[in-house]
Amino acid sequence: MLTPLITPHRPDLSLKQVHISVRGLTMAYDDFLVQKEVDFDVLRGEIFIIMGASGCGKSTLLRHLIALKPPVTGEVFFDGQNLWTLPPKERQSVLLKMGILYQSGALWSSMTLAENIALPLTAHTPLSAPEIADLVSLKLALVGLSGFEGFYPAEISGGMQKRAALARALALDPEILLFDEPSAGLDPISARRLDRLIVHLSESLGITAVIVTHDLASLLDIGTNSIFLDTETKTIIAKGPPDMLLRTSTHPTVKEFLTRGQSKKTATNPPEAPL
Amino acid sequence: MQQPWVDILFEQTPLARVLIGGAWRIGQNCPRADATINRLQSLQGLEIVRLESLDLMHWDSLLLTYIRALSQFCDAQGITLDTRALPEGVQGLLMLAAAVPERQDASRQKNLDDWLSILGRQTLWLVKDIGLLADFIGEAILGFLRLLGGQSQLRWSDFWRLVEACGPNALPIITLISALVGMILAFVGAVQLKLFGAQIFIADLVGLGMAREMGAMMTAILMAGRTGSAYAAEIGSMTVNDEIDALKTSGFSPMDFLVMPRILAMLVTIPLLCLYADIWGMIGGALVAAGLFDISASEYLIQIQTRLRLIDFEVGIGKSAVFGILVASAGCLRGLLCQRNASSVGLATTSAVVTAIVYIVISDAVMTLLVTALNLYKR
Repeated sequence: MLTPLITPHRPDLSLKQVHISVRGLTMAYDDFLVQKEVDFDVLRGEIFIIMGASGCGKSTLLRHLIALKPPVTGEVFFDGQNLWTLPPKERQSVLLKMGILYQSGALWSSMTLAENIALPLTAHTPLSAPEIADLVSLKLALVGLSGFEGFYPAEISGGMQKRAALARALALDPEILLFDEPSAGLDPISARRLDRLIVHLSESLGITAVIVTHDLASLLDIGTNSIFLDTETKTIIAKGPPDMLLRTSTHPTVKEFLTRGQSKKTATNPPEAPL
Repeated sequence: MQQPWVDILFEQTPLARVLIGGAWRIGQNCPRADATINRLQSLQGLEIVRLESLDLMHWDSLLLTYIRALSQFCDAQGITLDTRALPEGVQGLLMLAAAVPERQDASRQKNLDDWLSILGRQTLWLVKDIGLLADFIGEAILGFLRLLGGQSQLRWSDFWRLVEACGPNALPIITLISALVGMILAFVGAVQLKLFGAQIFIADLVGLGMAREMGAMMTAILMAGRTGSAYAAEIGSMTVNDEIDALKTSGFSPMDFLVMPRILAMLVTIPLLCLYADIWGMIGGALVAAGLFDISASEYLIQIQTRLRLIDFEVGIGKSAVFGILVASAGCLRGLLCQRNASSVGLATTSAVVTAIVYIVISDAVMTLLVTALNLYKR
């Protein structure tokens, strides 16, 4: 028996509904300001890139989006619902519409891959054990890991762990997938394969994808919209489709980032020894 | 290889020439920048310092740190530092090091380390720690209520696995330690009792000591080292690997899912282990009594039967249950508070054991006082 994968929430992209919106968000660790006045909207079905140099607060922003860290000021909305003013039960049900792929994969190491994927299904759906087993095998097949049900996370390679973690993120048929550095630690071929998988999921299931990355090839290839977080000014300095930013952005930092510092010599380049 | 050296020439008033030569390498006894700076400070009317290399044979980072220190001094004093006479490689690296200015907010404020500041910091840390513990206890009670109300996400398969790990698997070490403790108690007591010809009271001493106090205490300390530390390490490495975050975002409460089964497993097993330890302690005592002090096993057994009552065991086992909750809580709490790096897992483990032993001793003192005040041992 096959449970339908295509859930009825397939969105109409022509309507351009706002899916996630962030308003006036300030992020800080104790006294250390990370980013301030972060404002952006993610539309349904978009592949949205959050980019910026290492240490600019990309991953912290992601932790704010998934309610692991309360904002200092500002709000995060999902479908118009303010994540932090919702009662805990409803916030939980909003969070269950998100699938998250952590940087390290974060598979539960004491469980097999099948148990990892089955756990959210057992807890949050009324499905029976054989139905869950079918779903688990389907999700593993989607990420190219058929037959690995009984393996423990430590027994498979890093790239396979990433894919298994994606299968777990897909377990509850989420509306939003969030990725923290999906290509980190992957070889270029596996990274491209993961990119294609993201595009495929977004196109066929209408999933909104939010990707934190500084992998140029990937963000230029698949991103449909983006923001650029700056370390110096501690706020967003550019918004728009990444390929458009590459062509039109005049901000030196953005330009340097998107061209790997090839655009022009700037002060941060190693100086040539003077005569 | 030639020794590195520095010479300062101050011939025309505004200009000092700093001559550098020899082999500047790590491992050589290189001149310190402080000495040069002291010399420069004593010069009147100094405006320009020119660095010149004379037969500079080899150089590495030590030379660069020397020049950087000099250049920081010159910047602060408003003195011009002229490095154009140095080798090109040195100049290039110096410019590279100076290219990105130091981020003002990047360097953390250094902690003061006089005793008053340390005391203050430790006190603040202690207050924060007690707050965290109170939070944890509150959460744990809520988790327990959810469990009673059937709302908990606890998985019973996890619970049984944990029971096996902290119960049956701990038996060998508990056998060994409690038998030895029983033997030690018997021996220490018997040497004194023999002076009065009262060796038979070894049985009283060992029986009461094990049942009321030592059985529970030794079991709890073993469990702190064996199981409490394992809890901290397991949960701590889950924190490092984002597994706890993944649990939260998948709609699982770490309290229900990880902490509750661990506390329950400990609570179920430790009274049994305590009783087991009591018995082995008494057996150890019997061995010493029979082997060294001519008290037969049957005499020993009869003496214990007449002296020990159920309440003595009940007090010890009750204490062990309290210790069990404390040991499991300390382990889980330290694991959840673990920072996101590998060394903090080690710290969490150490701190779990230390915290657990402190809790055990403090709570034992309180409970012993209570038992005495309530006069539970009255015949």
